[in-house]
Amino acid sequence: MTYEIQVDGKNYRLELNRVDGRWESRLDGRDISLDAVLARRDVLSIIIGGKAYEIKRERTATDLHVWVGPRRYDVQLRDPRSLRGRARADDGKGLRKLIAPMPGKVVRVLLKEQSQVEAGQGVVVVEAMKMQNEIKSPKNGVVRKIVASEGAAVNAGDVLAVVE
Amino acid sequence: MFKKILIANRGEIAVRVLRACREMGIGSVAVYSDVDRAALHVRKADEAYPLGPAAASQSYLNIDKIIGVAKRAGADGIHPGYGFLSENAGFAQACADAGIKFIGPTAAAMERMGSKTRARQNMEKAGVPFVPGTSRGVPSAAEAATVAERIGYPVMLKAAAGGGGKGMRLVQKAGELQAALDSARSEAERAFGDGEVYIEKAIIHPRHIEMQVLADEHGNTVHLGERECSIQRRHQKVLEEAPSPLVDAEMRRRMGEVAVRVARAASYTNAGTIEFLVDQNKNFYFLEMNTRLQVEHPVTELTTGLDLVHLQIRIAAGEKLPLAQDDVKLRGHAIECRIYAEDPDHSFFPSPGKITLLLAPSGPGIRHDSGMYEGWTVPMDYDPLLAKLIGYGTDRLQATARLERALSEYFVGGIKTNLSLFRRIFPDPGFVAGHLDTGFLDRLLAQPYESGSAVDRNREVAAIAAGVFAMLDPSSGGASTDAASRDGMATEPASNWKRTARQEALS
Repeated sequence: MTYEIQVDGKNYRLELNRVDGRWESRLDGRDISLDAVLARRDVLSIIIGGKAYEIKRERTATDLHVWVGPRRYDVQLRDPRSLRGRARADDGKGLRKLIAPMPGKVVRVLLKEQSQVEAGQGVVVVEAMKMQNEIKSPKNGVVRKIVASEGAAVNAGDVLAVVE
Repeated sequence: MFKKILIANRGEIAVRVLRACREMGIGSVAVYSDVDRAALHVRKADEAYPLGPAAASQSYLNIDKIIGVAKRAGADGIHPGYGFLSENAGFAQACADAGIKFIGPTAAAMERMGSKTRARQNMEKAGVPFVPGTSRGVPSAAEAATVAERIGYPVMLKAAAGGGGKGMRLVQKAGELQAALDSARSEAERAFGDGEVYIEKAIIHPRHIEMQVLADEHGNTVHLGERECSIQRRHQKVLEEAPSPLVDAEMRRRMGEVAVRVARAASYTNAGTIEFLVDQNKNFYFLEMNTRLQVEHPVTELTTGLDLVHLQIRIAAGEKLPLAQDDVKLRGHAIECRIYAEDPDHSFFPSPGKITLLLAPSGPGIRHDSGMYEGWTVPMDYDPLLAKLIGYGTDRLQATARLERALSEYFVGGIKTNLSLFRRIFPDPGFVAGHLDTGFLDRLLAQPYESGSAVDRNREVAAIAAGVFAMLDPSSGGASTDAASRDGMATEPASNWKRTARQEALS
């Protein structure tokens, strides 16, 4: 199995095979001595060249994170056999979705559809745990669609608006 | 002794009190709002009854509903926890009227200590040291200016009915006084319905140190030493410890004496806390009394060997304090980290949501008082405190080392927490030296932070791990597939959104 993996923006090509219960692994063409046990869902014990790590995986509605010790890595995984794991459009071009980072209630919609918006400008205000949070546009452009309506409850990962 | 106690609270403190009830052979009654049906305190209780909608005013703050449940369940005591109704004299009175014992001070004692200015008038009579200033609200700007001149700038304006920093203003010089007074008054009016504002000398780089007291209903009052609570963010405590790195035996004796005098002057019973503002020359000034069990009570439990909730219940049942002041022996050092559902990388935004993975620490010297569990969805309706991680050691160094070790075992997935904040606090030279004041955390957070060396090496580890995860647990899929099916876009047939998604996939 070959994976293309992006970690914090850096690309890796990982080949993984299990032969008679042993792992064979190559990272960008280099042989890696690897052993791995899935301790439980989302918790992995791996030993790389004698160094032991307990790795946690975290999947939110929008992101995949892998934690090594206290540090979180943003991961995008591409399994070449499928289109799964395609990178979302984060290149500043095209449509960008504003996504609720946490469950809450939409208390205000600050802009109308088709209005101009600047990067960092608030579009929707979501309240959770008695705090109001502005969900800001990731880019300069035009608000193409406002999905959120004032007073509505939203879940983490819900699309609130779309900016082009 | 009580037969059955209703806990008028939620979260970790409700679980804490439930456990004490179980340990003492007392029945426990939980109450819960609609969003808390699956909360841990409901799971752990002997009996549980719904209160209604999530809004606190319709559930955990609703005196009539709670008293109704207590009567129906046959509870003979109510423990209020902290927050919610814990310092509401009306609630304490309603319990008394219903013939149910409120596990805390009397309504009258609460009222005596509830308003800061009223408390001050009472305490000045008892010879308690105060920050120089007015004990009452200032009626006019002219009078405020006179007072400020007398005590000397900088001065602090504070709302009489206040708390949590609302209605507070620091005034550096005379020219700023009028504007600060106006804004403090209107903020106090909006927040508390009471625009009364008083003036105090501002203490620069103050420490916040508090004394725990216990008083039975037979006139016996003791103190259990101090807690240092200077590490705060927006007037919210984040980390507390006992003993304070500043306080020596002599200072502790003097502060304890004052604390006991305050409690006696208010005819106070049960557990309470006297908060002091302490300047860098070890002068301490009475700030206020908290007429309830504090969030940070575990650090006192660990350094005294006492169980404060057991003692609260025993005192409320009419028992005498089992110990005199000389019997209180402090041993070792304890530090508490408050684990909040908030994102330290994004201005501490609240982060409710589902906890997808929870690995809780354990081992020597570690106590974990928690209201969460894996699979539970943290509701968005209440305070973001999830749990408290408390470390105990022979001394401060060992307590800190144990906490740092425990933090390396602790993982909460699916939501953001402030766990990483403590990894920053503990190695800080100022923290290590015990040089604390209430501005400590703001200064720490203002510094740039880069977490760690060996970044590149671990990036490779992360890449390998991501691949192994995908291979061993392929059904779980990648994040972006999850997002595509959840955000609703993929289910809208032939929409522009779907077409765009396809284009993104091909690009």
